[in-house]
Amino acid sequence: MYKEKIYLDYAATTPLDGRVLEAMLPYFSGNFGNPSSIHRFGQQAEAALESARKKIAGILNAQIHEIIFTACGSESDNLALRGASLAARKERNANHILISPVEHHAVSKTAEQLAALHGFELEILPIDTYGAVSAKDVTRRLRSETAVVSVMHANNEIGTINPITDIGSVCQERGIPFHTDAVQSAAHLPVDIDALNVDLLSIGAHKFYGPKGVGALYVRSGISLEASLTGGVQEFGLRAGTENIPYIVGMAEALSLVKDEYDQRDSHVKMLRDRIIGQVLETIPDVKLTGHATQRLPNHASFIFRGVDGNNLLMLLDMAGFACSSGSACKTGNPKPSGVLTALGFSHDWSLGSLRVTVGKDTSVNDVNAFLNTLPSIIAKERRI
Amino acid sequence: MSQTKRVVVAMSGGVDSSVTAALLKEQGYEVIGMMMRLWSEPGKESENRCCTLDDMSTARSIAALLDIPFYAIDAKDVFRSTVVQYFIDGYSQGITPNPCIICNRKIRWEFLLDRALAMGADYLATGHYARLDKSDHGAIQLLKGIDEGKDQSYVLHVLNQEKLAHALFPLGGYTKQQVREMAARFNLPTASRSDSQDLCFLGSGSYQDFLERNIPSVVNPGAIITPDGEKIGEHQGLAFYTIGQRRGLGIASRKPFYVMEKDIASNTLVIGPKEALGKSKLTAHHVNWIAGKPPKNPIQVIVKIRYRARGARGTVTPLERNHIHIQFEEPLRDITPGQAAVLFHGDICLGGGIIKKQGKS
Repeated sequence: MYKEKIYLDYAATTPLDGRVLEAMLPYFSGNFGNPSSIHRFGQQAEAALESARKKIAGILNAQIHEIIFTACGSESDNLALRGASLAARKERNANHILISPVEHHAVSKTAEQLAALHGFELEILPIDTYGAVSAKDVTRRLRSETAVVSVMHANNEIGTINPITDIGSVCQERGIPFHTDAVQSAAHLPVDIDALNVDLLSIGAHKFYGPKGVGALYVRSGISLEASLTGGVQEFGLRAGTENIPYIVGMAEALSLVKDEYDQRDSHVKMLRDRIIGQVLETIPDVKLTGHATQRLPNHASFIFRGVDGNNLLMLLDMAGFACSSGSACKTGNPKPSGVLTALGFSHDWSLGSLRVTVGKDTSVNDVNAFLNTLPSIIAKERRI
Repeated sequence: MSQTKRVVVAMSGGVDSSVTAALLKEQGYEVIGMMMRLWSEPGKESENRCCTLDDMSTARSIAALLDIPFYAIDAKDVFRSTVVQYFIDGYSQGITPNPCIICNRKIRWEFLLDRALAMGADYLATGHYARLDKSDHGAIQLLKGIDEGKDQSYVLHVLNQEKLAHALFPLGGYTKQQVREMAARFNLPTASRSDSQDLCFLGSGSYQDFLERNIPSVVNPGAIITPDGEKIGEHQGLAFYTIGQRRGLGIASRKPFYVMEKDIASNTLVIGPKEALGKSKLTAHHVNWIAGKPPKNPIQVIVKIRYRARGARGTVTPLERNHIHIQFEEPLRDITPGQAAVLFHGDICLGGGIIKKQGKS
């Protein structure tokens, strides 16, 4: 009865890769041990855990013990911000947190809570018209009592990539812990912690064809963190709780595939992205690209349309068989413009009409063409309401 | 275009709208579930009787069970500026408004219907217990639901031909009991929303508290008088009383007293014994005739002066400017300005209007 559905929301989540599922399956009921156990069951589980850790560390160019497994990208962000801030206060009386205004809520809400409950001074960095932070602006605001700096690698809503390497280098010079949320970028950009000059870096597996419910935080040796989950000594005492072995194994496998298939995936999604951006800007009136034209995620196209209600647009697209997202989208139907678009200074009649189209390795040219053939009439229809 | 008709079902998470969606899907419609987020007083969102997040997640899971798309749409601002404002204005003016009427007129059958049509839908369906007769090629008729105790045509009397052409009420031909049985057959939750007449946006609070918070001027004490003009007590503000009310008058008397009239001009509340209460005529305005135009001559009708009132026999005379005059055969105790007077001819709902004033004889 309904048309075939085309998924264009890979920034929200991705389907689990069949090869990843295969890698995970042995660890549910066959090899089910608790890695903390002494016996052979435990030994097998621990071997799987540590080999996953080693694999991920290798891909990120990190040392093995610098990888902390968590339950999601948001948890990684929480551990990084809260853990680094509280440790920096304890060790050197640091009281200042510096973040960008376009962070994922996992970072911004955590920082706001640290300010509200623990009295940290939260300072928000300026951004340019593409939503990017400059290293210069970070340098000017660094203080000896800065506890942590957090700037996301690539923005989920508008796709803009930040100059993480430069920002990291000014933080390293001052000895201030620098965190980046790489949850969006890990699927698409080389994530080498030394090239990026980061001390803390968050990833979540489901953004790169891994399972939901597992993430990791890279923690550079020598960076102090307070534990987020207290209890047992798993994850070097930073994150108590029995490790989720099948999911961790799945994440390691998924990240390996990102690395192995990097070139082919990158050129495929870039081609689709550029086709979308080019044609939308060409065929639809009163539209702007949000975020940077080139310094953006290779699979990510985002727009604002004047005089369009983003939520309605998404419903109409869904009815037509296209699953997309919008900066202002919220399933409870609250039509507030997104904080990111507001921070970029767009007026209300533009910022309510946002649309994010994100493609993936399995998106076909036909999918994109079908979308591009449908979008103009849907925008015209929505503008008539 | 495909032959399949597309219908938006206004879902609430309750048994009626869920069965509505299931029935239409079974009948071969392309069904889309929609739910509106309505306004609640800030801080009281979780108490809203129509659309809490819990209701929404229930509706969402029912939509998933039926394998239909489901969208929540925001109607907070429009609900606040129409329904809630109407409620506040009505009480400020001393009448007893019925916000469900304006909600059906402006929110369900205007805002939501427009949204549904914009989604390419042919129809908007609700779980109301009412029927439509579209068989004749003339005007569409709105009929009472088969289940007399559940009939909801009263709140639908505001619909015109254009809207009825896009309306579906699949439950009107069933009893509540049958609907429950169908819910079981479709494996749907059978929980029923309470039939309480409390207003959705009042949550668990009383309308008096809401009025005090939102229109402080309603607290305006004045005299309670008898029909002869004798002062026998003090009222707290006319908005807190309704015609026919007996309890809470604060008058010590062996004989029960009832609110007969609210005189806005002098801020007095007129009360009297039961026998003094009856009024046998009324004038209503903002009248909607479902057929599209008023009858040429006065007609005999059955009138409901409240949602749950029993029908009363009377003669309705169309007046100018969408007014009507109704003369009842027997006096009624609680003709209340602000409530709707809805006209029936047998099972047919002819339309209705908002009671403007009541009168003797």
